[in-house]
Amino acid sequence: MKSHLGIRIAQFIPTIFLVSIMVFCLQQLMPGDPALVLAGEERDPEVLAQIRAELWLDRPLVIQYFHWIGNVLQGDLGFSWRIRQPVLQLVATKLPVTAQLAAMAFIISVSIGVPMGILSAVKKNTFWDYVANGIGLAGLSTPNFWLGIMLILIVSVQLGWLPPSGYVPLTEDWRQSLATTIMPAFVLGNALAAVLMRHTRSAMLTALEQDYVRTARAKGLMEMRVVLRHALRNALVPVVTLGALELGTLLSGAVLTEQVFSIPGFGKLIVDAVFNRDYPVVQGVVLVTASVYIGLNLLADIIYVFLNPRLRTS
Amino acid sequence: MSATTANDAGAVMAKAMQSPARLAVRRFFRRPAAVGGLVIISLFIIVALAAPWVAPFDPTQTSWTLIRKAPSWAHWMGTDENGRDVLSRVIWGARASLLAGVISVTIASGVGVPVGLMAGFAGGKIDMIIGRLVDAMLASPFLILAIALAAFLGPSLQNAMIAIGITATPIFVRVSRAATMDAATNDYVEAARALGNPPWRVAVRHVLPNIVPPVMVQATLAIAGAIIAEASLSFLGLGQQPPAPSWGSMLNSAQRFLTQAPWLAIFPGAAIFLAVFSFNLIGDGLRDALDPRAK
Repeated sequence: MKSHLGIRIAQFIPTIFLVSIMVFCLQQLMPGDPALVLAGEERDPEVLAQIRAELWLDRPLVIQYFHWIGNVLQGDLGFSWRIRQPVLQLVATKLPVTAQLAAMAFIISVSIGVPMGILSAVKKNTFWDYVANGIGLAGLSTPNFWLGIMLILIVSVQLGWLPPSGYVPLTEDWRQSLATTIMPAFVLGNALAAVLMRHTRSAMLTALEQDYVRTARAKGLMEMRVVLRHALRNALVPVVTLGALELGTLLSGAVLTEQVFSIPGFGKLIVDAVFNRDYPVVQGVVLVTASVYIGLNLLADIIYVFLNPRLRTS
Repeated sequence: MSATTANDAGAVMAKAMQSPARLAVRRFFRRPAAVGGLVIISLFIIVALAAPWVAPFDPTQTSWTLIRKAPSWAHWMGTDENGRDVLSRVIWGARASLLAGVISVTIASGVGVPVGLMAGFAGGKIDMIIGRLVDAMLASPFLILAIALAAFLGPSLQNAMIAIGITATPIFVRVSRAATMDAATNDYVEAARALGNPPWRVAVRHVLPNIVPPVMVQATLAIAGAIIAEASLSFLGLGQQPPAPSWGSMLNSAQRFLTQAPWLAIFPGAAIFLAVFSFNLIGDGLRDALDPRAK
């Protein structure tokens, strides 16, 4: 087990290193001179030269990279060109908002996806299986920004049940916070619920064909107990792993969800930065997201090892 | 009795003589959902190709007297905030979305399949280096990387397609690498090697045709993903630029008039859903048809 985890942790470092090169190279794709973007209307050659020197743009690329990565390793992700704040500070303010949204979305998707997957597997090739599969595929095919707009139209505009946009922090007023985030969390968790449903169904179908399930049935146990205690316990191992992996993709979905519901989170930060041509923020957000994503991958591996007795003892 | 046995044997022989491709096509057409998806996508393609003749109005023609008119006989899907016909814009938008789906997946598979083939076939250090690069690219969530790429390249449909294509490439590398490693263990590949064929010839002539099925399934599902990605980028203002129509950008402007003109949000979104749903149905059908064991 230790060697398996050791290998995974050892792979983590070169991956992060390559990601950092990729993120650094993003800036090189930018058309024109970054100093011109930063200078705005000011085209004085002296000012431009000063900006280039400040940002190390007048040095060779390799030196620029090592200067940048050196700062990143010391917790300095750069300085926002527009908001005039350290990028790390901006990320630290916005990340908890997205984390709350992602956590709620995860709970919603597990509560919908796993029971639907179990039902679909237990009732294989029946009406319920077809309905669950249809809903799953529809969930995967619905763009979450459109689902968000439709829910605002029905739940907020027509029925007036929930606020259409905005955000209240959990620490300020938890009821209002839930009211403002429940709809975005449902929208964000929709695709993940569909993915979890499909994986639970597949894992349950495999588990239900195993000898230990046949033995449990032969012992005369109630079907509910056979399904939940014997089949589900084993089927959940790959599903839990996948769930941890998919947490990272929620960060991606949050970009659109936060845009639709005007939630001041991580996703909205990157979109606003893109339109303000605030490239250090874009780079910082991509780097932090990728690091979180790789970390979650590693976490998924560790969970898998702990949940799987065969890997735990080997 | 003996006549029946002879008939059965004949049927078995006839089935055995059918090519795997033909059997897969037959299995695909036995799935009503997949056929339904194929019919809908064919309709979308026909409408997109015939847009100049099918669309009732010019999609960019504005009219101050027709601002935000509800669906009617004259304008089946109503008009938008500039008095443009929504149906015509949805029809022309199909071009942008389908084109983005196909071109970005062509970029992704055009780069990803040869690289995956090389990694799987060569193995060793080449495989390790490519594997790490793919891991690094997959470490960034798809949309965040596509947004960042589109932002740095500049907002346009063309750049959105490039950004989606680059972002989708690592999946094709992984799929074709795994399929190559599987196919490379077959006896006919060993035989081709033993006959003295150079490695590139073995890879292209003997391995490549055998990795086509999983790549085809991935390509179909990737087109669905690319259509959503293009709509997402256009929704954020990083894809198709106004006044050219695109389903995503139509939803962006529809958001501002949700209470006054809900039809502006309903129809383009329904078009995205229907196209993506159909591609997913085809992808699922293809997977079951090409690999019946994976059902």
